[in-house]
Amino acid sequence: MSRPQLKILDRVARVLPQIVVAPSFALILFFVYGFIIWTGYISLTKSKMLPNYNLIGFRPYERLFQMDRWSVALENLFIFGFLFIVIAIVIGCLLAILLDQKIRAEGAIRTIYLYPMAISFIITGTAWKWIMNPSLGLETVVRGWGWESFSFGWTNSETMAVYALVMAAVWQASGFVMALFLSALRSVDQDIIKAASLDGASPWKIYIRIILPSMRPVFMSAVVILAHLAIKSFDLVVALTGGGPGYASTLPANFMYEMTFRRNEIAVGAASAMIMLATVAAIMVPYLYSELRGKKHG
Amino acid sequence: MADHSTFVPAQNRSNVGLRILLWAILIAFAIWFLLPAYVVVGTSLKDLGEIRGGSLLALPHELNFTAWRHAWSEACIGVKCTGLEPYFWNSVIMAIPSVLLSTLLGALTGYALTKWRFRGANVVFALILFGCFVPFQVVILPMAQTLGKIGITNTVYGLILVHTVYGLAFTTLFFRNYYVTIPDELVRAATIDGAGFFTIFRRIILPLSPPIIVVSVIWQFTQIWNDFLFGASFTTGGAQPITVAMNNLVNTTTGVKQYNVDMAAALITAAPTLFVYIVAGRYFVRGLTAGSVKG
Repeated sequence: MSRPQLKILDRVARVLPQIVVAPSFALILFFVYGFIIWTGYISLTKSKMLPNYNLIGFRPYERLFQMDRWSVALENLFIFGFLFIVIAIVIGCLLAILLDQKIRAEGAIRTIYLYPMAISFIITGTAWKWIMNPSLGLETVVRGWGWESFSFGWTNSETMAVYALVMAAVWQASGFVMALFLSALRSVDQDIIKAASLDGASPWKIYIRIILPSMRPVFMSAVVILAHLAIKSFDLVVALTGGGPGYASTLPANFMYEMTFRRNEIAVGAASAMIMLATVAAIMVPYLYSELRGKKHG
Repeated sequence: MADHSTFVPAQNRSNVGLRILLWAILIAFAIWFLLPAYVVVGTSLKDLGEIRGGSLLALPHELNFTAWRHAWSEACIGVKCTGLEPYFWNSVIMAIPSVLLSTLLGALTGYALTKWRFRGANVVFALILFGCFVPFQVVILPMAQTLGKIGITNTVYGLILVHTVYGLAFTTLFFRNYYVTIPDELVRAATIDGAGFFTIFRRIILPLSPPIIVVSVIWQFTQIWNDFLFGASFTTGGAQPITVAMNNLVNTTTGVKQYNVDMAAALITAAPTLFVYIVAGRYFVRGLTAGSVKG
């Protein structure tokens, strides 16, 4: 009597790992991949206020790329993404190297550099918007010190609003880049450094020739993470510039939200979301592929 | 020691100069990072007259917490003048179950994927991992539809579901990467002793997990508390999380612009995650780096 029962239990025990993974995997399959297909489908229909399931081909994409608001958003993403990534990496790398010089209060300084990463972009945007207030903000303070031409009311300027976003985003993320680089610096093989300095290499040379090249993987990670942050940027724009003046500082994520929830252009919104996904995938898939493969071999 | 001493003076002189330069740069950046915090706290403690008449960088004349009280319990958000308090609790009620659920599921999934490598486990992991990087814009629209179908649009339950699902990719990544470093022999030995899947999890894996559980809980809490996109997309009015309510408060344009209340509201919204960061910063940093240097 008890034998078959045991067998069933045994068989269940054997597939238990799969059973345990199943709920999470099913959730991801449905809510990530299923939804991507859903959005992709909607982007090929003429859905306006409500989803409409009659396919009309790529017309929403044509409309999307005819819209000035979208080309402005793409152009902004390019400027914002490029400057944000480059500046955050330069500052993060610089701070990591400086902090690596046996600084006495390292812990405290690190805490100060990294705290912006703990708060919401909404807070960051609100704070910098106040600092950039044209009449009561930093501009007035600095002009009062005698620098009459100082201009910091970036959020109200069509040309400068994007740079206001860059400033605030760099403020938020460069501490994170510093933390990444610092932990990488600390894991560089100390023996190689000792050997090099015994051979008479200057600290400067050791950095350029040995330490920085060995940090290439971390450098790659930083670029990928920051690029990903830039493409997803939404709340910072909402809080800091509202996408304005007009739509001068809008980004693709804000464009998508605007089309989908405010303008009853669901198909166009879905099309813009698919373009965003394609952009992220173009960056992430090769990266993840090389990371996972590299792990297997190394 | 003796031969070195001859170099010391010359080296020291240039070193002192470099040291000063280094500290100057470090301090300049510290000021840049602290400036917004200083301005926000300072402004929140001033009254409107002081804000208009004085400098942005001036210290407040006195510790005046009126704006804080106003932001917490009286300020108008849209048409309702309840302050941030109810929205604060919305965020708490939303964050706690989603953090716990996504952490638990992530731990189990990570454990099964690493210690019971079944066929296809790597593909499953790769598919889950990509979920970390999907821009959420691509799921918003179907999610809005689905929440409507289940009947939990505009509720905290809807947000709990959303945050649990999209947090899962990250928690799985954390636990998977952590469990990979636990020797397989531990599990194998226990299997030979007749221990099953859950016994091993409870007796061997879980006792080794506290550090990564802390990392996961802190990461998830920070992400969920700070989320704006989902809150703004799936809730309106009374069900909003605090980030959305705070943004509405700042942009509510009836009456005189009360900068001090805006800043106090920003502080209240930031307080929980800042508190976590100050108390458990080490784990926070580990979550950040684990979420990025993966494999």
